[in-house]
Amino acid sequence: MAEHDAGPDPVRQNPTTTRLRILVAEDNDTDRMILQKLVRRLGHDVITARDGMEAVERYQAERPEMVLLDVLMPALDGNEAARQIKKLAGETLVPVIFLTSLSDPEELARCLASGGDDFLSKPYNRVIIEAKIRAFERMRQMHQTLTVQRDLIRARNEQLISEQQVARRVFDNVAHRGCLGARSIRYHCSPLSVFNGDILFACPRPAGGVNLLIGDFTGHGLPAAIGAMPVAEIFYGMTGKGFSAGDILREINQKLTAILTTDLFCCAAFVEAESWPGRVRIWNGGLPDGYLIRRDGRRMTLPSEHLPLGVVSPERFCADMTAYDAKEGDTVVFATDGVMEASTAQGEAFGEQRLMAALDDTTDDTAPFDRVIEALRAFMGGREWADDLTIVSLDLMRPDDTIDYAPLAASSGLPGPPEWDCQYTLTGESLRQFNPLPLLLHICLEVPGLQAHSGDIYIILSELYTNALEHGILTLPSDWKRSASGFGQYYAEREKRLRTLSGGEIAFRLHHRRLGAGGELVIECQDSGDGFAAPAELSLDQTEYAGRGLALIHRLCQRLEHIGKGNHVAAIYRWPPDQGAQHDRNTASGH
Amino acid sequence: MTETPHLDTEALAELQEVMEDEFDVLIQTFLSDSEGRIQALWQALESSDEESFRKSAHSFKGSCINIGAPRLGEHCFYAEQAARAGRLQDAGDSLRAIESEFEAVTDALNELLQR
Repeated sequence: MAEHDAGPDPVRQNPTTTRLRILVAEDNDTDRMILQKLVRRLGHDVITARDGMEAVERYQAERPEMVLLDVLMPALDGNEAARQIKKLAGETLVPVIFLTSLSDPEELARCLASGGDDFLSKPYNRVIIEAKIRAFERMRQMHQTLTVQRDLIRARNEQLISEQQVARRVFDNVAHRGCLGARSIRYHCSPLSVFNGDILFACPRPAGGVNLLIGDFTGHGLPAAIGAMPVAEIFYGMTGKGFSAGDILREINQKLTAILTTDLFCCAAFVEAESWPGRVRIWNGGLPDGYLIRRDGRRMTLPSEHLPLGVVSPERFCADMTAYDAKEGDTVVFATDGVMEASTAQGEAFGEQRLMAALDDTTDDTAPFDRVIEALRAFMGGREWADDLTIVSLDLMRPDDTIDYAPLAASSGLPGPPEWDCQYTLTGESLRQFNPLPLLLHICLEVPGLQAHSGDIYIILSELYTNALEHGILTLPSDWKRSASGFGQYYAEREKRLRTLSGGEIAFRLHHRRLGAGGELVIECQDSGDGFAAPAELSLDQTEYAGRGLALIHRLCQRLEHIGKGNHVAAIYRWPPDQGAQHDRNTASGH
Repeated sequence: MTETPHLDTEALAELQEVMEDEFDVLIQTFLSDSEGRIQALWQALESSDEESFRKSAHSFKGSCINIGAPRLGEHCFYAEQAARAGRLQDAGDSLRAIESEFEAVTDALNELLQR
């Protein structure tokens, strides 16, 4: 039977020693008695065993921190006992010290091969025993610390990865790619870009055309990803509701200044491309120069003219956009600084010169975007591209195909009223600074089933409003817009007249009623202007007075009525139940 | 050549200090164990079991060194070597020397205990 010997409290004699439990396995009674006593006097608890088999059993039952093992023992010799104890210990470091009077080098080597860590030779020497136990205790503690730390790091890392995966899923729901898959858009961005602070969103505008936002948050990791969430939410939400780029930028800037710390902001470029034929309007705040590549290869620089988003207070924020008339075949290109900074193993950066050279190379009809990617690939060789390398191009083409990617309807899921009537009048100063379209669109889209037609309704509202404001109130001649120089003049004059506008009003009256399975929406728009004579026949090509706009409404609507002197228009829009809605979860129960 | 002493008085003094009041028990245990070991050595020799003889002699040698009986340890070492080499005749001679040295050690240790 083994003795478990705690002894009188010897730790007090040796306060610097950690009290260990040490297994002493020795078949020789006198040697065991001496060793047990020696070890106990050093301040440790001793567990004893008389042969190898018992040593393994005692180890398994008591898990001592260290083992002193005689080499020659009955039942199971020291070598085999050491092997089994090491196996039982697994990852835990259990120093095994062989007790021996052997001197044959080969036998000593065999002891080490079986898992022994050191020898203690007979006769036992107090000083050496103490030194060895201390040395192995240091090693054991270091091993334990490392094991604990390694497990901790492993656990933390696993937690981090799982958190990132969850964050990624949440982020993908909010900051989806929108209509980046459209034929007119080419882009490169790493799937991990969100954790590097790069953002890239695109969303079709209800009136046609597309909004595009490319950005680069300062900083990396979670803080950058956190900032990207509200940007995505605002960008998609407001674009879908028909807000102008300026309103969206103001909202994003206000949100970011409110939630981000001062060292965190977002360099960004906003591209607002109107439906064909139209303008492309650019806002660049802190991003490297963007480029408008004309069809003939001419390159126009779209420089940063503003501070990044999240820097300036809402009162001082400037959302002025620079407008360009878009021609078929034109392309807008923007990139984050990760493209310019992409570098070779030697540390040489791709740089602006190489970017421009790639854009200017018109030897074949490869798209500008593809030329840049090709140049980057050639420059980087086989080297992996960094996560923060984001580049996008938007081809201004007809017809724009972004319409296939309908914006996510910002529906509350609750059915609104099908029959209602409302009047909304804007006067004086409100006309100068307020855009009523999102609000009016929102009211209309409360009708169940009408959301599927939000694009039509937005176009009708926006064309009626634009005509009333620009021609009715501001009395701008629409034929200016037909030439490139007049185009600029028209918009400059519009800004000027709007600034000095003092009176006038525009009144909307909206009325909806149920009609079969669908409904009828009447949108009346009346302005305080002098009116005009409505032509008998309208066509899409016709550009007299109100131009293309009214012809487009005419095509979308059941009827378009001119009331009185022409400053009062009523658009009657009838809509059938949407075919797709029958598969909708919310309406399925109605069948 | 100076003869190895029966007892290593220095080692024994240290043992006495280490073992405190368990010193007597240790010595008694050594004496009774040793008698058993000598019996085992005779048996191994009679059955010509060289391996068993060698191991017993080796183990005996270890405890002799630890207890402070170096000359007895020396005879054990010769016995071990003879068995390893298969020289059973020499092993027997060594065993007889062990027996006679053990008697001397027993007397000396008993004398030490009575002091």
